[in-house]
Amino acid sequence: MSVIHQNLSTSISSSTSTFLGHNNLKSIKSSNVSIPGRISGVINCVATPSAEKTAYKTKVSRNENMGKLQAGYLFPEIARRRAAHMLKYPDAQVISLGIGDTTEPIPEVITSAMAKRSYALSTVEGYTGYGAEQGEKQLRAAIAKTYYENLGIEEDDIFVSDGAKSDISRLQVLFGSKVTMAVQDPSYPAYVDSSVILGQTGQFQKDVEKYGNIEYMKCTPENGFFPDLSAIRRTDIIFFCSPNNPTGYAASREQLTRLVEFAKENGSIIVFDSAYAMYISDDNPRSIFEIPGAKEVSMEVSSFSKYAGFTGVRLGWTAIPKELLYSDGFPVAKDFNRIVCTCFNGASNIAQAGGLACVSPEGIKAMHEVVGFYKENTDIIVETFNSLGFKVYGGKNAPYVWIYFPGQSSWDVFSEILEKTHVVTTPGSGFGPGGEGFIRVSAFGHRENVLEACRRFKQLYK
Amino acid sequence: MVNAVSCYFTKVERNANLERLQYNYLFPEISERELRHVNKYPNAKVISLGIGDTTEPLPEIIASSMADYARSLSTPQGYKGYGAEQGNKELRKAIAETFYKDMGIKDSEVFVSDGSQCDISRLQMLFGSNMSIAVQDPSFPAYIDTGVIIGQTGNYEKESGRYQNIAYMECGPENNFFPDLPKTARTDIIFFCSPNNPTGHASSREQLEQLVEFAQQNGSIIVYDSAYAVYITDGPRSIYEIPGARKVAIEVSSFSKIAGFTGVRLGWTVVPEELVYSNGFPVINDFNRIVCTCFNGASNIAQAGGLACLSSDGFKAVLSNVNYYKENAKILMNTFTSLGLRVYGGVNAPYVWVHFPGSNSWDVFNEILEKTHIITVPGSGFGPGGREFIRVTAFGHRENILEASERLRSFLS
Repeated sequence: MSVIHQNLSTSISSSTSTFLGHNNLKSIKSSNVSIPGRISGVINCVATPSAEKTAYKTKVSRNENMGKLQAGYLFPEIARRRAAHMLKYPDAQVISLGIGDTTEPIPEVITSAMAKRSYALSTVEGYTGYGAEQGEKQLRAAIAKTYYENLGIEEDDIFVSDGAKSDISRLQVLFGSKVTMAVQDPSYPAYVDSSVILGQTGQFQKDVEKYGNIEYMKCTPENGFFPDLSAIRRTDIIFFCSPNNPTGYAASREQLTRLVEFAKENGSIIVFDSAYAMYISDDNPRSIFEIPGAKEVSMEVSSFSKYAGFTGVRLGWTAIPKELLYSDGFPVAKDFNRIVCTCFNGASNIAQAGGLACVSPEGIKAMHEVVGFYKENTDIIVETFNSLGFKVYGGKNAPYVWIYFPGQSSWDVFSEILEKTHVVTTPGSGFGPGGEGFIRVSAFGHRENVLEACRRFKQLYK
Repeated sequence: MVNAVSCYFTKVERNANLERLQYNYLFPEISERELRHVNKYPNAKVISLGIGDTTEPLPEIIASSMADYARSLSTPQGYKGYGAEQGNKELRKAIAETFYKDMGIKDSEVFVSDGSQCDISRLQMLFGSNMSIAVQDPSFPAYIDTGVIIGQTGNYEKESGRYQNIAYMECGPENNFFPDLPKTARTDIIFFCSPNNPTGHASSREQLEQLVEFAQQNGSIIVYDSAYAVYITDGPRSIYEIPGARKVAIEVSSFSKIAGFTGVRLGWTVVPEELVYSNGFPVINDFNRIVCTCFNGASNIAQAGGLACLSSDGFKAVLSNVNYYKENAKILMNTFTSLGLRVYGGVNAPYVWVHFPGSNSWDVFNEILEKTHIITVPGSGFGPGGREFIRVTAFGHRENILEASERLRSFLS
């Protein structure tokens, strides 16, 4: 959690309504306060040294793109609220089903490989310095074989990273400020936020809660959580996450085929985020490359975070086919390679050793077990909200449950749930205006916490 | 990379900034040349004194702390998920206490990362494309290359070997490797690496005072790269030793060359709270936002290793490797000096900067490689100011350093 936010949480009045209130934040620079609609929403809590210390100012202008950002990144804000709540109720047993943070220990086959590599680094034969920026050869080959066998994605198409969030930003640096982009609405906030930072967007439009120049592809129950492509204008880049965070919806083969066609007609590039693919229960595609023609229009980003509990260990990858070319025929992978060599220096070698163990036969089995555990959690949460008469979405193919609270502000529902059950969730509007009226409940948690949380939900909503 | 046979082109324009880059990033280029050479001479014993890659094993105390931490991730009590994006609290504190004691740097101003190369890019994303930058010439190529990528520069000019819109601050024997600041144009950002990669020059206190004053007068921000500070025999290690620096400087550093963490990946950036933009907005707030949005923290295992490095026993162990490399540097310095060559650096940095007046450094690089099977780095890879120089790193097993010295003596005498 942001230390700045941490510092603030102790100075904010403990009552929920006042900490959402603008007035108590007088001492805080409020240039980025977002008050969507009539509700005080997410506040960019910005710590400012007191006036007398800022007498000297440099003559360097603040990057105006940073000024466009409306609020803090979503998840540190959730963490801040959780911390404030825990201060307010020091005896409450707060349960976190907010940030999608894995909770179960990493299987031993994986950690022992990392321990082994760590020790090896203290030996003459085993010590390695800089690794290839694209990742260790063995790991790249193993990822290609495990996830892309028979899909025509090879070892050298794989770029190992320290996770999807870092990859998304490096991709934005690759694309530059002149590209246009489309995102699902709602979606994982890093796509939009990194786009703003890189200068691809216009200002935030408070009335519609959207940044100018981004095409928001609404995904709601009405359209089965797949965008109406006929209503989407052409953009250069299309970010598409499936299974989706936060809605949990996994696009069908037919839908992804249409998406690829759409991209092909428009000459667009799909950035397909498959971080949750292992959670798919049905026979929905796990990779965009299962769709014929996808290699000419897409790249895929994925991660070990939610498969192996690597949220803190940090390991992921991006696959860029050789066939993916810019309008002048230049291969996208070649420029991405340059970015990776210049702006990055490879994922930690110890994490990569863990990754290699992850994709060993024993590791894959172990990952499936952990994923299976979280999927059971998801079932419990789905059943709970179903039994309470809510319209419940997601959950089947993803570790997220997307619950509809018609006519209500999602931050209000978030606050109410937090206040009355001490359970942290995530308000849907944090993922885009299309998330308004929804709450995301993540299924990462110890079984007893998930059960307890569900007991409390049943109490609150019976 | 083979151009596709499928002939389908998307309609997405290639980022013009990427197009502007002239060459491969320097170090992969050196790797490639090494590979080609090895293939050409499969029986030759190639010695790499090129890329500044550490070679000595990690001290056991550090490796075992990481092994223990990794294993603890398999236990319910020890498992950790997402860490704070800014880094583990204890580690931030240890960094502040170890490197910035009595300099008024708080834990909350330390941002742990996966290394300087990544931090430099994140700083460039923070600054945006509307910044003007100054770099030392020669310097670590990432400052310029990331500047080009982000869109801060104009086109490359072949005649001068420079990108437009960058202020190149020449650092050579003529000016004791410290730029002539009065002659330097104002820029928003000044990248300054000391001890310098590649020249090895560590700026004196007086020189750094000049730099800070220059930045203050111009309202500029210094990005001070102190990755090699532990190699300093004598002189300031941190920019924050200079009064007033907190208002004008960011410091970037790394465990890579301190602890052999080149593959483990761990570093940090210090952004003082007093550093504010022209509108009074604190730089730290925006950097924090970048770190939370474009990054997800350094690997927790690497951070555990970092903490072990900064323990009293750990730091002792780590410094023993640093001294080993400094001994290597001494050996190399003596070798070149004994051959009558003008040699710089080597005393406060693990790099030796050898002058071959009137030469083209790529030619010298090739000749050394061909005749002695030793990889170095041609100075012009670091900027036009490096044109007549060769950088030799002091990272290597002692026997290789000694062997290399022998070969160089034979070849160059």
